[in-house]
Amino acid sequence: MSSNEADARPYGRRAFLGLLAAGLTSFAWAGPASRIFAPVTSQFSQLTGDLLPVGGWRIYTISGSMPLFDRRTWRLELAGLVRKPRSLTYQDLLALPRAEQVSTFHCVTGWTVENVHWAGVRLEHLLALAEPLPAARAIRFVSLEQPYNDSLTLQQATLSDVMLAYEMDGRPLTRAHGSPARVVIPEMYGYKGVKWLTRMELVSSQPTGYWEGLGYDQNAWVGRSNGYG
Amino acid sequence: MATGRRRLRRFTRTERAVHWVHATAFLVLLATGLALYLPSLSELLGRRPLLKSIHVYTAVAWIVALVFVIAVGDRRSLRATLREIDLFDRDDRDWLLRRHAPQGRLNAGQKLNAILTAVFAVLFAVTGVLLWYGERDTRFRFAQTILIHDWLMYVSFFLFMGHLYLSVIHPKTRHALTGITRGWVYEDWAREHHAKWARGAGADAP
Repeated sequence: MSSNEADARPYGRRAFLGLLAAGLTSFAWAGPASRIFAPVTSQFSQLTGDLLPVGGWRIYTISGSMPLFDRRTWRLELAGLVRKPRSLTYQDLLALPRAEQVSTFHCVTGWTVENVHWAGVRLEHLLALAEPLPAARAIRFVSLEQPYNDSLTLQQATLSDVMLAYEMDGRPLTRAHGSPARVVIPEMYGYKGVKWLTRMELVSSQPTGYWEGLGYDQNAWVGRSNGYG
Repeated sequence: MATGRRRLRRFTRTERAVHWVHATAFLVLLATGLALYLPSLSELLGRRPLLKSIHVYTAVAWIVALVFVIAVGDRRSLRATLREIDLFDRDDRDWLLRRHAPQGRLNAGQKLNAILTAVFAVLFAVTGVLLWYGERDTRFRFAQTILIHDWLMYVSFFLFMGHLYLSVIHPKTRHALTGITRGWVYEDWAREHHAKWARGAGADAP
């Protein structure tokens, strides 16, 4: 055995226990640390697109495969409590007044992507086409990914930084990010931003959406819901 | 292969089994995890629930296999290995400070790698169970669980790349692969890289 056996020290178990403790306490510090790193990880996501695993984005789905966007058959239905039900094609959507914004995306599971460049349509332009009835209080957003759906009150849906986005970081939305169009509401956690949108239904009261049915909050304000704040 | 090169037994069958259970599980879990969550890969794959099941059941099989190997294997050799990893002597400390110092059967870097792997295994298992159970009971759904699981993946991925480089590519160290696949290494190689062990293990040659 070693000629230095006499000065051997049990550093191994100390290192193991120390690192384990650091890892387990990260439940307390991982959130703040992630917010500190968010500017860096967000920049990577803009630099590398979806190619490298260093973006800030993670993709969650609830079904077997992501919906496939076909621009010939895709329609956005405006329905429910409206005077003029509409069925918009992708071209119709692009023809509406274009809005752009740079905003931060927060996921309820703790990760954040800063400075996401979105382009799309403000919801008031869509609502103006369909003319909601006075009884309408909320919009139910239905995804092509069954049975994903969620809702916003009309007040929430017309906040100044809410949009139906069809571009992200200068390119049309990719399939993983919800092509051709997704809801963006920066002040709420991402599960409210329905991807692969195909239907907006005006309703008189907010229904329970997919994640709300699994215990998440109806009003998903960032930092003030789902156990945060 | 030079005839007459003496071989030294480096790892017991039990030690090798623990290593390969870990390695196999890590690769399957990494591949399925990346396929599920990386934006660039996630849209290529249509069978997400199947991938998720493979991920979860591989994790279960990993724990079961480890318990099985420890239960039926050579526990004496595992205890000796644990003791070896625990103890850092002056030569180990010198080696870590990049001074030339003779090393035992495991050099100080290999000991650190083993310690990190053990820590990561526990943390991966804890966060993985919470992710799985949190889907069933909201009281166990913590905001940071998936972040921690992710970060463990990023760090262990780079450790794994380094490990792969040293064991498969780097000309001076890649002979070590024979030790973990077949159990033995050449004595002349061991004298150069693990001098203290090679000196004491002469009688052990298979």
